[in-house]
Formats: sequence, structure tokens, C-alpha cells
Amino acid sequence: MTPRRSLALAFAATLLVAACAGPAVAPATSSSAPVEQSTGPQASQATAADSVATYRAYIEMNTDLLVTRTKAFAAAVEAGKVADAKALYAAAREPYERIEPVAETFGDLDPAIDARINDVPAGGTFTGFHRIEEALWSKNSTAGMTPIARKLVTDVTQLQTLVKTVDLDPATIANGAVGLLNEVSASKITGEEDRYSHTDLWDFEANVIGAQEAWTAVKPLVVSRAADLAATIDQGFSAVLDALQPFQRGDGYVLFTTLTPTDTQTLSQLIDALADPLSQVAAIVVTAQ
Amino acid sequence: MTSGPAISRRRLLAGGLAAGAGLAVGGLGGYGFAREGQPVDPQSGVEPFYGVHQAGIATAAQERIQFAAFDVLTARRDELQALLRSWTSAAVLMTGGQPVGNPAGDPNAPPSDTGEALGLGPARLTLTFGFGPSLFGSSGPDPFGLGPLRPAALADLPQFAHDELDPAISGGDLCVQACAEDPQVAFHAIRELARIGRGTVAVRWSQLGFGRTSSTTAAQATPRNLQGFLDGTNNVHGDDQPTMDASVWVAASDDPPWMAGGTYLVSRRIRMRIEAWDRASLADQQATIGRTKLSGAPLTGTAEHDTVDLTKVGSDGKPVIPLGAHIRLAAPATNGGIRLLRRGYSFTDGIDSQTGQLDGGLFFVCFQRDPRTGFVPVQTRLAGSDALNEYIVHVGGGLFAIPPGIAAGGYIGETLFG
Repeated sequence: MTPRRSLALAFAATLLVAACAGPAVAPATSSSAPVEQSTGPQASQATAADSVATYRAYIEMNTDLLVTRTKAFAAAVEAGKVADAKALYAAAREPYERIEPVAETFGDLDPAIDARINDVPAGGTFTGFHRIEEALWSKNSTAGMTPIARKLVTDVTQLQTLVKTVDLDPATIANGAVGLLNEVSASKITGEEDRYSHTDLWDFEANVIGAQEAWTAVKPLVVSRAADLAATIDQGFSAVLDALQPFQRGDGYVLFTTLTPTDTQTLSQLIDALADPLSQVAAIVVTAQ
Repeated sequence: MTSGPAISRRRLLAGGLAAGAGLAVGGLGGYGFAREGQPVDPQSGVEPFYGVHQAGIATAAQERIQFAAFDVLTARRDELQALLRSWTSAAVLMTGGQPVGNPAGDPNAPPSDTGEALGLGPARLTLTFGFGPSLFGSSGPDPFGLGPLRPAALADLPQFAHDELDPAISGGDLCVQACAEDPQVAFHAIRELARIGRGTVAVRWSQLGFGRTSSTTAAQATPRNLQGFLDGTNNVHGDDQPTMDASVWVAASDDPPWMAGGTYLVSRRIRMRIEAWDRASLADQQATIGRTKLSGAPLTGTAEHDTVDLTKVGSDGKPVIPLGAHIRLAAPATNGGIRLLRRGYSFTDGIDSQTGQLDGGLFFVCFQRDPRTGFVPVQTRLAGSDALNEYIVHVGGGLFAIPPGIAAGGYIGETLFG
């Protein structure tokens, strides 16, 4: 597995390049900068386009990574290498969890890739990561998983193609960031997502990092209009990531089952404290367009 | 059980038991009579217990609910029958605003009415009793030999997409729905029934609902649910006899005969992801429901009861009521004309200890003639593509056959047990 932060850092560098290449926009240097000082409509428009280009690059980088890692994971499953497959599982999901709201726009693709067992209605077919997770951890086996693994590769490859066509605008990106944090609240902080492997904190971090990158893409539209809000959001991301740190072990995290109710409450409340101000961003970036 | 004296709880408290007994007012629900000329207060209303159908279904929805599901502990049919007789007697008294026993009798014995409803009126209490699939041996032994009498319509509900039902707050052999204008009257009713049944049955789970989210008659205004939206605008009304007969009551020609005049109840404890909802934009909330938040009008109209136009397309070429909007997927027009009588209540049970988030939502109750053509197809559609699924999760529930009502002298379930 790659070091946890390396991807985010690499992406931040890309972002800087993209921002520099775009039309010049004066960054807000002080939180007291009046709203009127914001750039004119033309520059704002250009910046919105920059936000979209930046985030689109992030999505495509992650779907590329998803395909690469899923292929390696699927190969281990097909070869019957249970230990190898287990070791590759959490990392393979990571790029998916960073951009999940985008994947969810493609109808049946998200349930095919990422459905949990209770998401599947009576008579439906349980496929995707969690189907294999169940076999690996509940049965310590890859028996019968070859077709599931092959379909998973097909599905993530299709996602890689489809994301190139997704409609994006800054408000959608901002709301997607909130959606990622809602994902954390709904299923990661309850241990429901990875109920066999208990690797929920890997997904937790990926959701937060994905939300942070989405925020970073639209942040230039916000800082000149609501500098205090931007600062609050930045602090909120730091607070969540700092709170996660004690649970890091090597390249990954402790198992979810080792967390106490106090731990999960603290993390959950930090997520809410971040997601609420983040939910104010869409209205601001819509005005900016 | 002890049969209660025929005296209202309010008079009992005012005059003491001895004095009150002399002023017995029968099952009339004393308060309204005790203070003639005073405005009728919510405490004074009485809903008749006896009738062709059980009360609490077509009855105008009261403000509060206490719902309980019970596991049957006994394997003896006569004990279960005796309990149903005792429950019936207690229900007659309590719906009439009377204690079920003497709250202050023999000092050496526990009081035979627990006392917390003393001084409270009948408060339009209704008690509605039902039988779950497991009573018929659906998931184990069939000690009462009821298997052959199990209605086909009482088929176990399928797993719906995204269900996260906790067995500890799901299912049950028996259910009792207590609805009243006063939460303590509803609680008292369930508590007394649980006390009377102790040893024969045990409470499996229970749910208090603090505010109705459905109007079940045309005269009632539509209330708001915890998402802040008007809920139940297009509900079946209990006073709409043709629709009740077509969609809610089991007909004499339906099988099995013992269910004629009955209905089927489906309950779901629907947890709302309140924190996520609170940070959704107004536009997203309205698109999720398909209605305007303030007026309750469908997005294709201007007033609450305007027709929901599912075909209207906006200037952007997209349906005005989005494809995933709750009201589109729940609409009878989308579901082959299926109509459910909903009787939902808002609930909160404090916080979720794991997340610190509010544990609240909608305790959904609905009645229909046959769940296989009622709740099941509608919920299948909703579970598949309702935009609301991002903000809710079904965490508990039950399915119960509600037998018909009874006449004086009868007991609830007599058509099943004979």
C-alpha cells in the first residue's frame, strides 16, 4: 500500500499547477476582505471552470488508480491467494471511496461495485467488493469468487470510462464533498461498511480526503467571498484528520472493532462539525458563477 | 385480571374510590359529563371500542402512539385465549377512561391499576390488536396449531433494498397499537396490558410516537414530519367508505374467513439521518420529496392539495417532479392504483450512542387489505430508487393481521380461536 497521504499531496501539487495555469485570480489574503473585492464576473467564470477541470482530473486519477488496484486485488482472488487478497482489499477500495458521489450518478454501477449485503433486495444479486470481503473474512476463502472478481474489474473499468462524461459544476462538487461526509456518518462510523474485514477506517479516511480534495477544488471561489467560512472548513478538515491519527497503524488503521463508543462519537461529531459549514459552500459558489 | 369498577379515572381522583363508586358513569368517559357547559378538551373524547372493525384504524389519528409487540411465552392455547379475554376487558375499561382495577385497595397487595392515568380522561384512546406471522408458526414451532389458519396475505415481508432491520425491534407474535390524545394514557394502556400478560407474554419491543404525521380523515389538517414537510397529504381517509372497503378492510370473500372485517398492519421504524438532512439545501430537500417545503404543494402546483402532475416537464427538459422524488414513487398512479392508509408518528429515542446523532424519525404504520398488493410493491419501488433513501434507514418493523372488531361480550381474536 502507498503511504496514506502521498496521493493527496501529489494531487495538491497538481492543483497548484492547474491554478497557476488558469486565469489570474487574486487570492484573498485576509479574512476581512470585503465581498465587493471579489474578482469580476469573467474571472469568476474562469475560476469555476478551473474548479471543474481540477476536480475532473482528481476523479480520473482515482478511477485510473481504482482500475489498477482492483485488477491486482481480483488477480489475487482468482489465484486463490486469500492472504494477498485480504492485504489488497482496503487499498483497492480507497480510490473508489474518495469519489463515491460521482460513481453514484451512474445508476446501477455503485450498487454493483459497493453494495453491502443488506442493500440487496430479495431476489437480487450480491456482487462487488463486499461480496468478496464476506468470502475472504467470513469463510477465509475465495471459492466461487472468480466471476465476482471479474465482474468487479469490468464494472470499475466501465466507471473509468463513464466518469469522463460526468457533468460537473462547482455546486455539484461542493455538494459531493458533503455527500462524502454524510457517507462517513451513515456507514463508516457505525462499522456497517466493512462488516467482515472491519477496515472501515480506511474508507473513513478516503471519504474525508476525497471531500477535502473536492473542497480544495472549489475553495478559490469561496475564499474571496467568505474567508471566515473557508477558514472554518480548513480547520474542520484538520480536526477530523488529526482525530484519525491516533488510530493509524503503519500504512493503515486499527480495526473498527477496537474503537470505543467515545471514539466513534468524537469522530462522528467532528464530521458533523465539518459537514455543516461545508454545506454552506454550494450556495456561495452558485452565486460566484 | 381484576375487573375495574365502572368509574372514570377523573372522578376517582376527585372523590376517592368509595365516593366515586357511587357516582358510576359506566363507559361514557366521565369528564365530558362531569363538567357540563365547559369546552370539550382533548382528554374527554371517547372512541367506541366495539364495532365491526377494530378502532384505531379508520379513527381520526390521535396525537400520540405507544406501540408494543409481544412474544407469546405460553404454549397453551387456553392460556393465550384467556389472555385475549383479559386484554379485551381491560381495553373496554381503559378506552372508556376507567381504571382496570383498584389503584388503592388492599394495602398488603400491589394495586390492580398502576395509577399513572388517574385524573386523565379517556383521551380518545384506541387499542388495536394484531397477530404476527410467528404466532402461526412461521419461524418455528406452532404450539397453537394455527398454521393452517395463517392468511396467505400474512406472508413474511421480503428483504427490501437497504433494510437494516434489527431483530430486537422487529417482528413479534402479537401487537397492540395504543393511540390517544395524551401520551400517558397511551403508555398506561400498554403498561397495564403488559402487566396483565406477564408470564403469558413478554414485551418484545415498544415504540412511543410523540406526534402524528398523518391525517386519517378529511377534516384533519396535514401535519409535518421531522423533515419539516407536510406528510400524508394524499392519505386514505377513514371516512371514505368506498376506498376503505376497496383498499383497507378484508372482505368476507377474501380468505381466510376469520379475517373478514379485519386488515393488515405493517409498521416500520424509519430512522431519519437528521444531521445529513439538516445540511441538505432547500432545493435538494424539495426535489427529494417532490413538494414545496412551506406550502406542501407538489412541485407542479401551488397549493397542498393540487394534483400531483407526474408528467410535467420543465424548461430544462427534465420532469418537474424528479424521477427519484418520494411522492412520485409512492403515488398510487406509479403503483397501479395501490392505496395504503397511513398512520405514522414522529419519534425520538434520545441519541445514538455510537455516533452521538439524534435517534429520531418516523414510526410508520399502514393498513391495507393485502400487504402483498399493498406495502410490498410500494416499498420495493421506494427501496430501489427513492431519493429519500439517502436520508432515512429502516431499522425495525413488523407485520400483523388485525382481526375484525367485536360486539359486547366477545373478545379480540374470537374468530381465530373460536
